[in-house]
Amino acid sequence: MITFIGKRLLGLVGTLLIASFLVFAVTEFSPGNVARKTLGPFAAQESVDLLYQKLHLNDSLPVRYVRWLGVLTGVIADPLQDPALKLDFKDPRGDRYFGNFGYSTLYKLPVNDVIWNRLGNTALLAGISFALIVPLSLIFGVLAGMREGSFLDRTISVFGIVATSIPEFASGVFLVAIFVVALRLLPGTSPLTTGGGGWSLASQFVLPVAVLVLYDSGYVVRMVRGSTAEVMSKPYIRTAILKGLSFKTVVWRHAVRNAMIAPFTVILLQINFLISGVVVTEMVFAYPGFGRMLLEASLFGDIALIEAATLVALAVATTTQLLSDLGYALLNPQIRVG
Amino acid sequence: MTAPLIRVENLKVEYRSSSGSVTAIPDLSFEVAPGESLGIVGESGCGKSTLLMAIMGHLGPSGAATGRVLFDGKDIAKASPAELRAVRSGGIAMVYQDPNAALNPTLKIGRQLVEVPMLRPGVPLADAKRLAEGMLANVHLPDAASVMERFPHQLSGGQKQRVVIAMALLANPRLLLLDEPTTGLDVTVEAAVLDLVDELRQTYGTSLIYITHNVGVVAQVCDRVGVMYLGDLVEEAPVEALFAQPRHPYTRRLMACVPRLDGDKHTTSFMPIPGQPSSLRDRPPGCPFSPRCVGFTPGLCNHTVPVEDIGPNHRVRCFRHRESPLFEPAAQEIVAPAEPSAELVLEAKGLSKIYRLGGSFFGAQRRAELSANEDLNFAAKKSEIVAIVGESGSGKSTFARILAGLQDATSGKLVVLGSDLANTTASERTSEQLSAVQMVFQNPDATLNPSHSAGFPIARALKKFKVTRGGKETQSRVAELFEMVRLAPSLMRVRPARLSGGQKQRVAIARAFAAAPDILVADEPVSALDVSVQAAIVNLLLQIQKTKGTTIVFISHDLALVRHLADQVIVMYLGKVMESGPVSSLFAPPFHPYTEALLSAVPVPDPTAEQRHVRLSGETPSPINVPKGCRFASRCPRKVGTICDEVPPPERKGEAGHMILCHIPLDELAAIAPILQHKPSERAPA
Amino acid sequence: MASTDAPSDVTALGRPELPAPPEVMPDAVAASLTALAAPTAPGAPVAALGTKPPNLLRRLPTSPIAMVGLALIGTWVVLAVLAPVLPLDDPNRQDFLSLGNPVPSAKHWLGVDIKGRDILSRLIHGARTVLTVAPFAAICAYLVGMPLGLLAGYYGGKVDLVVSRLSDIILAFPIIILYVILISQIGPSFWNIVLAVILTAGPGIGRIVRGLTLEQRHLDYVAAAQLRKESDLYVMAVELLPNCRGPLITDFCLRVGYTIITIGILGFLGLGLPPPDPDWGTMVKEGTTLISVHPHMSLFPAIAIVSLVLGFNLVADGVRELSLTD
Repeated sequence: MITFIGKRLLGLVGTLLIASFLVFAVTEFSPGNVARKTLGPFAAQESVDLLYQKLHLNDSLPVRYVRWLGVLTGVIADPLQDPALKLDFKDPRGDRYFGNFGYSTLYKLPVNDVIWNRLGNTALLAGISFALIVPLSLIFGVLAGMREGSFLDRTISVFGIVATSIPEFASGVFLVAIFVVALRLLPGTSPLTTGGGGWSLASQFVLPVAVLVLYDSGYVVRMVRGSTAEVMSKPYIRTAILKGLSFKTVVWRHAVRNAMIAPFTVILLQINFLISGVVVTEMVFAYPGFGRMLLEASLFGDIALIEAATLVALAVATTTQLLSDLGYALLNPQIRVG
Repeated sequence: MTAPLIRVENLKVEYRSSSGSVTAIPDLSFEVAPGESLGIVGESGCGKSTLLMAIMGHLGPSGAATGRVLFDGKDIAKASPAELRAVRSGGIAMVYQDPNAALNPTLKIGRQLVEVPMLRPGVPLADAKRLAEGMLANVHLPDAASVMERFPHQLSGGQKQRVVIAMALLANPRLLLLDEPTTGLDVTVEAAVLDLVDELRQTYGTSLIYITHNVGVVAQVCDRVGVMYLGDLVEEAPVEALFAQPRHPYTRRLMACVPRLDGDKHTTSFMPIPGQPSSLRDRPPGCPFSPRCVGFTPGLCNHTVPVEDIGPNHRVRCFRHRESPLFEPAAQEIVAPAEPSAELVLEAKGLSKIYRLGGSFFGAQRRAELSANEDLNFAAKKSEIVAIVGESGSGKSTFARILAGLQDATSGKLVVLGSDLANTTASERTSEQLSAVQMVFQNPDATLNPSHSAGFPIARALKKFKVTRGGKETQSRVAELFEMVRLAPSLMRVRPARLSGGQKQRVAIARAFAAAPDILVADEPVSALDVSVQAAIVNLLLQIQKTKGTTIVFISHDLALVRHLADQVIVMYLGKVMESGPVSSLFAPPFHPYTEALLSAVPVPDPTAEQRHVRLSGETPSPINVPKGCRFASRCPRKVGTICDEVPPPERKGEAGHMILCHIPLDELAAIAPILQHKPSERAPA
Repeated sequence: MASTDAPSDVTALGRPELPAPPEVMPDAVAASLTALAAPTAPGAPVAALGTKPPNLLRRLPTSPIAMVGLALIGTWVVLAVLAPVLPLDDPNRQDFLSLGNPVPSAKHWLGVDIKGRDILSRLIHGARTVLTVAPFAAICAYLVGMPLGLLAGYYGGKVDLVVSRLSDIILAFPIIILYVILISQIGPSFWNIVLAVILTAGPGIGRIVRGLTLEQRHLDYVAAAQLRKESDLYVMAVELLPNCRGPLITDFCLRVGYTIITIGILGFLGLGLPPPDPDWGTMVKEGTTLISVHPHMSLFPAIAIVSLVLGFNLVADGVRELSLTD
């Protein structure tokens, strides 16, 4: 088991390295662009050229990537903080430390001052949603799958298909039209400040969470339902029924655990989906989160922030993948007990 | 006769679907007395499993039963869910066909066992645990306490079936339903499970309904036998009477399809049943067997057939049962077998196949070797049938795949028609070398690509081997090949999903013969088929072989079948040849202790035969890192001492190329009593 | 396919009780993950093999769910095809007179948008774009993903290792983030969106095909083809690929639906196809600025997207159910 985890951790680091290189390649592919984006559209061509030389942007892509890694790990000083550039980029942590993601040109702040706060907001939103998605999907999925073809099953399945067909921005529009415009029950934006409209913080979470839960649970419900229905048709369930156990016991003791093995991985992989969904939801409700920050950084061309944000998102995604593999092994004794 | 424990009266089972309803069982009645054991024999699709589910009251949402199933005076067919649960947890218990699927993979054995006694009021967990452990000991599982703590996948197939039996017995049932409990198990394991069933029946006095397709098993464990065909019980009799005097034409033909240890292709021939069973949707009026029966009389057999008592407890449903022997060809058309010539076409010399396992990316794991074949030596002549017999894990299929070129050998020689092909896989063989060796596979459902028509692979083979030129010539040759395997050429354009298992295997045989092979490798080609279909396919193979002069390497686990068709036999165990020689020499002493155990385990379809019991302890060991001495030493009932574990046994040569790999000298082995002895019996089917 | 291939050969020996060598375990996990990560139900591929109904599509009319889906898609296809001959406004003509009261009227059935353009006309013309880009991009992704999956599944070993690792890395990205970064860097255009779809969907398709290929690789009909000296290409294309069609048709419908969603999201995030072409996602986005006064400007395009996606998802579900039941 320990070698298994060790191997997976190694793989995780490898994935992060290759993936971050890919992101680096996409964002910094044209070096002239990098200097221009850093300085903004109105900077003089001379200063752009100066920066180009200073950052050694004529080096090959792998070399520049290694240098970026060096800055990140604190081996090399961040060249942008060099006062000679007169960029006025200052990081109170210094210019050389582990985890130095560089300087955000959009927010005019060190990336580390921007990103973690936003990530916290997003984690809160995603966490509440996840805490609702999992139990709801499990309950309704098992209820539908345990009697395949029943009325309840049909209803839940159709709900699942419809829910997965409504992307977050569409359900956002629908919910806003109903609860904000027509009924005036809830706020249409969630800036996480209590000034202005006077909506409580809690009320600002209702719609974003609803949007995320609706879309994702549709998918997970269908997974759980499919898996439960498959398990219910297995011979060992027949064994349990013909032992004389009550239907409740059969479902609860014999079916649920086996039915959870397959969806478990999917549920954790949902975190990956959730991160995607969060970007859109944050845009719909002007929520000050990580996703919106990433989108703004992309549109602005804030290279350091894009790279940092994708790396963090990837780290979250791959870690959940690792967790889902471990959980899979825990649920399935055929793997756990060799 | 005492009051029956269970009485089934006019049971009718229907399955409803969106496309109409189907009658699986039209009208069935029988009873079982306390302590009695009733066997129900029938081929696939005859409704025997449906019958068990109807007795259990578990036909699923689409099934519906009418009539009465009286258990202990109560009608199960009309029981409430609570009453049903009471019957299941204390009256009738069941043992299932596939023990691998019948146990919950994520719950420990103990957990699955204790919930049975705990369904009874007033049984606390501690008592239930004690009961479960005791029961595991009763079914002869060593170290019951540790088995309780294990998961199903940590047990072997035979051990799992013992657990399932223990689980059933924990309900203290008065009636035990067994649904093909030994199908899929190796023959030596099957014999041990059958012994156990017999022993438990003596101990607990439980009544049994034993469902099987294997006539031999019925002869061994049942008092009375019912024969089912298309949902009808066509004949019912005490086991001796049924085997001595089968009366229904179907029963008679079925019995004549069963291979026996005492007959071979030179003396007997199977009598396959013409045609196929009707589908449940178009059940013929009157006798269900009438479309396939030689004695079919219009105006008589298409009326409902009454049950007729024709002897003590012997009932039959046939208008013309008195004449039934007449319906069989007087002189059985014995397929005159091909005579092997002296020309050697195939020779294996020291052939070995070793898989190296482990050795992961980081090289940390210990290296393991799986020796699938070791030092295989044999030769086959033109027109000869060489059978390779062994249980699962014996490496017989690996050899078949090496021979066909689907795998390469690790060392040794494999001379096919003069050239060494041991390390030449299919992609490296020339067209001539490939067409010389063709193969028929085991699983009829995997042998044909579901996306292509049945004729497609044959036409493709003809084209690739340049047998025919042009579409027209190819099509007519495909049609010829279909006729050769007795299939209507119109089936060429049909997808495999619409063919029966037997038909698929016929297509596979036609495909193999499209290349006009000198050697046909047949890897368990009939083991997935019903016995009557098996008989037809075996006859077909013998006929084709006779006309084409093909050498056949026939891989099988069925000793009786091998006895029937082989000229030479090779017995393998854990990748090594234990015994080989002409077919006649293998079935009489001297034989290898493993051959002896195999012979003793074969269920003999003759209740009067005396079969000496030799049982193997334990399971086939893993082929990984095999012992250096005799591979069979760990389970050998005739082990002579540590020499068996330490020293590889010598090859002892007998007459006519007979070889036994054993430390025991030949003359000692020759002194062992034969396995089968016939009581002077009245058995003589006309 | 020689001794380096030991684990899979061991299964070919047909010994279920054999203690599986360690390498098999992660493989088994990976295989089940493969089946799961795909947006198909668990077990669908397995059940679809073997008992494959010969004419899945011909039996489609027996599934009411699929027929509802087809009706939804069909409506949009007909409208999109007929757009040039329908009596519609020019989708880009600005009707300043209606701007004062942009709500649905006899003149503009679904009202006008923020710039006074007819919403109905823009929706129908937008359907032309969506119904071209999404299926085309999905087909391109299949053309890339299927061969990769076949190669990885059929050859196994190092080919599999390289292909699978690379797909894993791409699949590790949260998908919208990948889109946002890509499109924001290379710019939103028809071909760039196709490229993004290939990059994001290709690995997923490859995984499904790989799983389906692995299941079949050791089946006897493949061996039979090898015994008549068929080339590897032939085995993959003629023997293996046709049997993947049940799960792949399902997956294709789901993917087209998801691509429509993605294009909508890109439009909503301001990364949609460049104006003045009508783009449903962009229409939703533009409408949201006035959502508190005139919600119809966002609602109608949102409903359009949902109805089309729902159509594809319903067909996918219908096909899946058909391939499960014989």
